[in-house]
Amino acid sequence: MSAPILRVVGKASLALGLPVALLAAWWIASAGSANFYFPPLQTIAQTFVEVWVSPRIFDDVVPSLGRLAAGYFGAVALGLVIGIPIGLSRTLRNMLEPVLEFLRAIPPPALVPILILFAGIGDTMKTLVIVSGCIWPVLLNTVEGVRGRDEVLEDVVRCYRIGRLARLWHFVIPSASPQMFTGMRQALSIGIILMVISEMFAASNGLGFAIIQFERSFAVAEMWTGIIMLGLIGILLSQIFRLVERRMLGWYHGLRQSQRVGG
Amino acid sequence: MGNSQRTSGSGLRAIHLVWLQASIGLIGFAAVLELAPRLGLVSPRFLPPFSTIAVALANEIQQPNFWAALAFTLRSWVIGLTISVVAGASLGILIGSSALLQAVTRSTIEFLRPIPSVALIPVAILLFGTTLQSNLVLVIYASFWQVLIQVLSGVQDVDPVARETAQSYRFGHWALIRHVIWPTTLPYLMTGIRLAASVALILAITAELTIGTPGLGRELSLAQSGGAVAVMYAYLIVMGLIGVLVNVVARRLERSVMPWHPSLRADEPA
Repeated sequence: MSAPILRVVGKASLALGLPVALLAAWWIASAGSANFYFPPLQTIAQTFVEVWVSPRIFDDVVPSLGRLAAGYFGAVALGLVIGIPIGLSRTLRNMLEPVLEFLRAIPPPALVPILILFAGIGDTMKTLVIVSGCIWPVLLNTVEGVRGRDEVLEDVVRCYRIGRLARLWHFVIPSASPQMFTGMRQALSIGIILMVISEMFAASNGLGFAIIQFERSFAVAEMWTGIIMLGLIGILLSQIFRLVERRMLGWYHGLRQSQRVGG
Repeated sequence: MGNSQRTSGSGLRAIHLVWLQASIGLIGFAAVLELAPRLGLVSPRFLPPFSTIAVALANEIQQPNFWAALAFTLRSWVIGLTISVVAGASLGILIGSSALLQAVTRSTIEFLRPIPSVALIPVAILLFGTTLQSNLVLVIYASFWQVLIQVLSGVQDVDPVARETAQSYRFGHWALIRHVIWPTTLPYLMTGIRLAASVALILAITAELTIGTPGLGRELSLAQSGGAVAVMYAYLIVMGLIGVLVNVVARRLERSVMPWHPSLRADEPA
């Protein structure tokens, strides 16, 4: 009767053991630290509460996340809308592929100085930076996903004279969706990076701005809390993404599972 | 010309068509860049015509400091990438071949991986200033995970029957790794290297832009503060070309290291 409980406890201790050990090691190793750059973890933890459990969370974190959301969803929408027609047409694909490969290869942070020219240093620029970096993984994966749709199914759909829109909605988009999600996952981590970078260049609020501000004023413990906050946001967003993906691609993972077991 | 195409078969003609369409696309792109500012769609102060950018680029590549910057960027890219590939591959194989190690490290890896590497920028600035080490911190943190994750899933993909067969034949530990685990993991490792190569380039340039370590990124931000817009675009083009080159070389490498792999065999143009 206690066997399942034991198993849960065992799993939990396996999962938590190393992180707890690492944190404990950090705590103990830094306990009496006089090193200016590595303050004791205890100090960092106390500072974390002081810094982030305060109006700062609305002044810095919320604007950052708002710009991230606007840029990310904008990029996903654009990537899908542009990617699907390119994936459907071989001519279009051949013409645009070299250009797209080139544009994708430009490191997105390098676009920040250019976009400052066009859009100043306001929210528009930061959102544009995020869009311009996030769009490529979505776009290129959509193209690949649409291109790789099942030819037999395509013929079947045509034989039954299924209309254009229905074909798009019930066949093309679902069959490309696993690749679309791959693109969206890559885009999310690029988006977080660009959110921070764009605020480091020029901003009056935001997480990246706060961190760089702390660093410039040598508020080292505060700087570490900012880094931890950023890490927590990265982890939280990737977990949310996983939940959404599992929900929307449940059919696909189930299919893969059954194929693997059956095959 | 039509004659030679007809005699060499439809496959070659299809390839000609692809090249033709690709060059139409590229020329069209350049034409848009040239015409948009000339027709007044965009202010030339923000986007100079393509010909002006090309002249700026031609000027720039005659400067010795352009090549110095390029060399610096490539150096941090190569060093960082090498360290992350070696560390990622060996740790990946080590962790992947033991179920216990996998269970113990999974949560930590899941936790550390999504931390954006740019979060480390202030630490790098304080510890290393504008030196190569600063670049390396960012490059390695970003590209290490790409390799590690790929290698881990590669090791998990090892056919259990093959593994048990090898064990029945009393393969030693090294023989098991060399002849069973390594060939299965290699495709995953190559994917990891390809992903890591482009991520490492992006982070090297990001570090130069934000921290100010020497390299192409710093040249770009110098051009920005000098208001030399055409030079900024010239550097963007250089970065894009290097990125494309990195991708092409990585794909070539993949092909030459494992020509036997089905995904590459199927990839050949029919």
